[in-house]
Amino acid sequence: MINNKIHEPLFHLTKRTSVNAKRAWALRCGAFIVSILLCAIITLIIVELNNQRLVSEGKAVDPYSIGQYFDDFFTGAFGTPKVVWGLFHETAILLLVALAVTPCFKMKFWNIGGEGQILMGGLGAAVAIQFMSGKASNASTIIVSIILAIAFGVVWAVIPALFKAKWNTNETLLTLMMNYIAICLVDFFISSVAVRNQTGKLNFLNWPGTVPPIGPADFAGRTYILKIVIVAVITTIIAIYMKYSKHGYEISVVGESPNTAKYVGINTKAVIIRTLVLCGVMCGICGFLLVSATSQTLNTESTVGGRGFVGVLISWLAQFNPIFMVLVSFLVVFIQKGSAGVALWQDGFNATSYSSVMTGIFFFLIIAVEFFVNYKLIFRSDIQAKIDNFNGKIKFAFTKKKNAEGSAILQDTNGEEQVEEAQPQIVEIESPASDETEAKEEE
Amino acid sequence: MFIKLLSDAIGFSAIFLYGSTGETIIEKSGHLNLGIPGIMCFGAVGGCIGADMAYKAGMGAFGTVFFGILFAMLFAGAMGLLYGIFTISLRCNQNVTGLTITTFGAGILNFWGAIVGSIGVFAKPSLYFTTSIFGEVGNDWFSQLFLSYGPLVYLAIIIAIVVSIVFKKSRTGLSLTAVGENPAAADAAGINVIKYKYVSCVLGAAIAGIGGMCYVLDYSAGSLEYIVDQLGWLAVALVIFSLWRPGIGILGSLIFAFLYLLPDQFLPKYVSMNAATSAIIKIIPYAVTALVLIIISFFNKRETQPPTALGVPYFREDR
Amino acid sequence: MKAIELVGITKTFGSVHANDDVTLDVEKGEILSLLGENGSGKTTLMNMLAGIYFPDAGHIFIDGKEVLIKSPIDAFKHKIGMVHQHFKLVDLFTAADNIILGEKMPRFSIKEKSQQYKHQAANEISALDANLDEKAKKKAIAKINNKRNLKICALPFIKFVKAVAFNYLPRNRAKKLQKIADQYGFDIDLKKKIYEMSVSEKQTVEIIKVLYRGADKLILDEPTAVLTPQEIQKLFAVMRKMRESGKSIIIITHKLNEVMEISDRVAVLRKGKYIGTVKTSETSEKELTEMMVGAKVDLNIDRQLPVDPQPRLVVEGLTVRNKDGLHAIEDVSFTVNGGEILGIAGISGNGQKELLEGIAGLQHVESGNIIFYNPKENKPVTFFHNDLKQVKKKAEIGMFHYPDGTPVDLKGKSNKEITKLVNDEQILYYENEVIDLKHRTPREIQELGIKLSFVPEDRLNMGLVGNMSIVDNMMLRSYRKGKSVFVNRKRPKALADKIIDDLGVVTPSDMTPVRRLSGGNVQKVLVGREISSSPKVLMSAYPVRGLDVNSSYLIYNLLNEQKARNTAVVYVGEDLDVLIALCDRILVLCGGKVSAIVDARKVTKEQLGLLMTKMPETVERYEYAIPKDTKTETVETNTEAEVKEEESNDKQ
Repeated sequence: MINNKIHEPLFHLTKRTSVNAKRAWALRCGAFIVSILLCAIITLIIVELNNQRLVSEGKAVDPYSIGQYFDDFFTGAFGTPKVVWGLFHETAILLLVALAVTPCFKMKFWNIGGEGQILMGGLGAAVAIQFMSGKASNASTIIVSIILAIAFGVVWAVIPALFKAKWNTNETLLTLMMNYIAICLVDFFISSVAVRNQTGKLNFLNWPGTVPPIGPADFAGRTYILKIVIVAVITTIIAIYMKYSKHGYEISVVGESPNTAKYVGINTKAVIIRTLVLCGVMCGICGFLLVSATSQTLNTESTVGGRGFVGVLISWLAQFNPIFMVLVSFLVVFIQKGSAGVALWQDGFNATSYSSVMTGIFFFLIIAVEFFVNYKLIFRSDIQAKIDNFNGKIKFAFTKKKNAEGSAILQDTNGEEQVEEAQPQIVEIESPASDETEAKEEE
Repeated sequence: MFIKLLSDAIGFSAIFLYGSTGETIIEKSGHLNLGIPGIMCFGAVGGCIGADMAYKAGMGAFGTVFFGILFAMLFAGAMGLLYGIFTISLRCNQNVTGLTITTFGAGILNFWGAIVGSIGVFAKPSLYFTTSIFGEVGNDWFSQLFLSYGPLVYLAIIIAIVVSIVFKKSRTGLSLTAVGENPAAADAAGINVIKYKYVSCVLGAAIAGIGGMCYVLDYSAGSLEYIVDQLGWLAVALVIFSLWRPGIGILGSLIFAFLYLLPDQFLPKYVSMNAATSAIIKIIPYAVTALVLIIISFFNKRETQPPTALGVPYFREDR
Repeated sequence: MKAIELVGITKTFGSVHANDDVTLDVEKGEILSLLGENGSGKTTLMNMLAGIYFPDAGHIFIDGKEVLIKSPIDAFKHKIGMVHQHFKLVDLFTAADNIILGEKMPRFSIKEKSQQYKHQAANEISALDANLDEKAKKKAIAKINNKRNLKICALPFIKFVKAVAFNYLPRNRAKKLQKIADQYGFDIDLKKKIYEMSVSEKQTVEIIKVLYRGADKLILDEPTAVLTPQEIQKLFAVMRKMRESGKSIIIITHKLNEVMEISDRVAVLRKGKYIGTVKTSETSEKELTEMMVGAKVDLNIDRQLPVDPQPRLVVEGLTVRNKDGLHAIEDVSFTVNGGEILGIAGISGNGQKELLEGIAGLQHVESGNIIFYNPKENKPVTFFHNDLKQVKKKAEIGMFHYPDGTPVDLKGKSNKEITKLVNDEQILYYENEVIDLKHRTPREIQELGIKLSFVPEDRLNMGLVGNMSIVDNMMLRSYRKGKSVFVNRKRPKALADKIIDDLGVVTPSDMTPVRRLSGGNVQKVLVGREISSSPKVLMSAYPVRGLDVNSSYLIYNLLNEQKARNTAVVYVGEDLDVLIALCDRILVLCGGKVSAIVDARKVTKEQLGLLMTKMPETVERYEYAIPKDTKTETVETNTEAEVKEEESNDKQ
């Protein structure tokens, strides 16, 4: 009558209590390599289909291979010194955006309005250049455009922070709306100025009062180096700010545990507003760099061009760590530029959209990998036993190979190792959970 | 001429309505899907492929429209499923997943569009979408206002009404709302929370996908244009504007469409407009939405708040 | 046949046995009380019946059949309904909508129905009049078959229509439910939204919900904890009505009088183990208390007599409301002296949390005073504790003196001059500084010199940041010190290492996130930090919860060290043995009120148990008689009469 079989679900999920850094990085690197390969395979298929279509239309096509793909890819990313500088420059800009939103995210303030905040910064710079260039000295124009850019960026960042602090307005949706209000404001500025210029577009190319190239004329990075240096400095500052400053510490506490923040007497509202001011400053600087130096123009499509959103993704994927952000934004730009290089040689390929598709694939894989970094599948005990047994065998085979000349004792120790490995893991997983449930129960 | 503008706006509003109805369904289950713009792009790609295939296979109006909708829903639904897997099962951050889908989807539409060409490529199948389902209609105001649209416009309104009735009047809607408000309570009441979340993510995405197709095949008469993702963000805004009620969404989408078309299509005929004024008018939908957001948080009335568990992943072991 | 039978149920969380081989049964039409101290595993046991946890071992029999309950849905199937202590209701919905939420459609199987129609048709055919001729018979058979086929074809449509009809929510749905509610004698408006409801109304909704789902086995988890006496009587009336209609009820409670009043039998759990079941009619409150608390265990904690107990913290008439707007603490008065450990005993949820949080400034204090006597001698007066007006006033009384000993006379001095004197630390102060803590922010209370140290009940959500390293958690209270923009991790690191060494925290390194430590180690980190700030008053709630024996003793020693340092220690505990062995005096809370303050050296477990569950008619208040001039170690007991005398003196 008594049924001894334990009925459990096939598997269930548990949050890993300890994240093995080595394993995590191995997984992430794996995801990157897989995403590159996946991009290659998908591209080959698309190119093949596209070529068939072109042939059927009577056009001549070149044969395409995976070697050609990687050749194009690397030429696109590292082809000439200027391309390499461009790669680093783009990395720097994306990094700056990611850095700007990082303190907000660390505080669990979901600011996805980087796009709008940068654009407003750009608008500030553009206003200054438009009205001061040629009339005032170059230095004063640059200074005023920096100040205006920062002021505009800060205003745009602080508004949602104020409402969040005051009435707990949903910041995700509000910052999202503010992005588009910013776009419309920029459109308004461009069109009202453009009417006067009779061109319909803004163009500050080599205007006095913009940031000039630096270095000798034959230096490939002369238009890029300044921004790379600025971003490098900001990265260092933010890395230090987040890790070693009292502000950074408060941000972490507020983000991790609002209750504890209250308990130790941190003024959460002030922290929110202060952090968003910081974010606005960085977005303003970013806008200034984009308008006054990089593109020397302002438009709603390409000046920021989705970097505000990509920055959010980078910041999150790097787990809000400025140093990892350097790496992640480099990889993203690497894929973007490489893909653009591939698209260049294909008839009908749109470089921007092709590279955003490829970046999307990369992001998907990295996001998915984070799950396996943070969670653990626990299988039903009988299945788990089989898996453990299997893993043990693999491990055994490996260690055996490694210690080919090893002594005979090895076999025994291997057996013990297995057991030891399995035991503490379970304890680790179970104990904090139980405490939580207990605590809840007692309330 | 006002009738013409209004009828244009009604035709245009369908795009927003699909997007916002879909997003409302998703948000009701507690998921903020910022991938809606990308999903609408996907719907546009799928819809064009489906309609084009059906048209080339010699199917009539019904077949073309049917396959267009079916493919749009399949493509967009697949993205919705992807979003669901990432956010429900893999517990990834909803904003991050959504933004990735938007990047990806917009990229796919533009990439595919660049390959197949843009102006008028789907003009022929699109004819079935643009002609009124009532055949030739008169020039009187009534026919223009109510009878002059293609099938997708009516479908949008029907879907919005049906969804709104389901939300208000059915147990399904009640359960869905419970899942978005308090998943733990829903779980305790015996509702399969995960199932509800998946179904709403996929279904919502599929409905939003029709909106993308609606733009390409209905409004722009088969020309591929790349502002689908922009419209998608407006659709997300509309969800807030309509306070998570698709019924209000019908009116809201009309207002949004009206404001969107006003500066470019209507006003220039009467007043001398410059681009600057038109840019200012375009702010209105976003600004009003932001204002609505602030006002509802200020009054903090329970009925008008976003779903309580919006953006919060549900993990049964957390109980 | 038993309605519910549990055999050998075991559930462990990590290394903690929440339930150990528990065997229990409930008859039909019976009210069973489940009695036990905090952490005795009552709720865990019931959660396994409700499908929230799955037992590690053991068997559950429902109506005589063994069943598996894997989820709340399974529990519904077996007609088990549980009313949780924390209500699972959707705030936004009306009560009626919450009740029908998740209701499943009545079974409608097309297969079964078609089988039934086939049988029916076959029966009809066989029942045909045998006298009919061949033709008429064929005709009749064909007619019957046609009818059958038509019926079967219609089934999917019928099912669809039924499903739609079921899914439809009519406007008058609340009315229908209201009838059911009225039948049981519930006085509630089901059209009201949950967020507008009081706690007792919410509970009623939960009970109606369970009944509406057809449950005939109800589990009520501490239903009376949130109710007023009148509401409790109403609830009991409803429970009796349900018992009459043959339903089985398990009620979890701590209150002995309620147990005696409502239940037929009482089952007692202690520390996860099943102690026994007794008939209510054959037992007494005393016997139940003994079963609940167990025999006295000698803990052998080294306890010294309090040295020079001077009032450190005086709480007068403190009243705090909880977030539901009910009085969590009502008119609580007591004194904590330096150099003693004051234990606070009580069933959890009787106001301990609110009391401590109220003192720490984390909860809004509705009324009452919290006076803190800060032992300062010859310290400069600061504007942090006094404003200019107060300084003047106090100087007038002659409370201050200059460094050379002459009394301060501020007459004829301008405000500016006074400010300068204060800022230059020229005005000194002899006596204990008296500070009213009421309405001060937690930070102010902390900055008064970190005199209140508080170990919250919910460690990882309040007090520690799970994702931060031990070092970073060390500086949560102290990081603001100094003018530098940067945090100084040197001292926190030294402190962290010291705590790890002294308390034997098991951790890979001092940079390990606290979240990854086991519960006991987390506790050590928290207690270690709080004690390290050399507090004047140390309040700790459940500091040994989840700790093993050795770690517990470590904590007791730490508390005793603090006591020896003349710190006023408040210890909120659940284990009565520990309270009796560790503390000098014990304050017993019952329903948010002080039911007694007793001498820990003289009290027995049973007395405490009774005081925790039942408000006595006269409240005993044991205080030290503080000798005015000599510092002897004599401790005298005030008799009740003396207390009353004192009180009347106070009034005058």
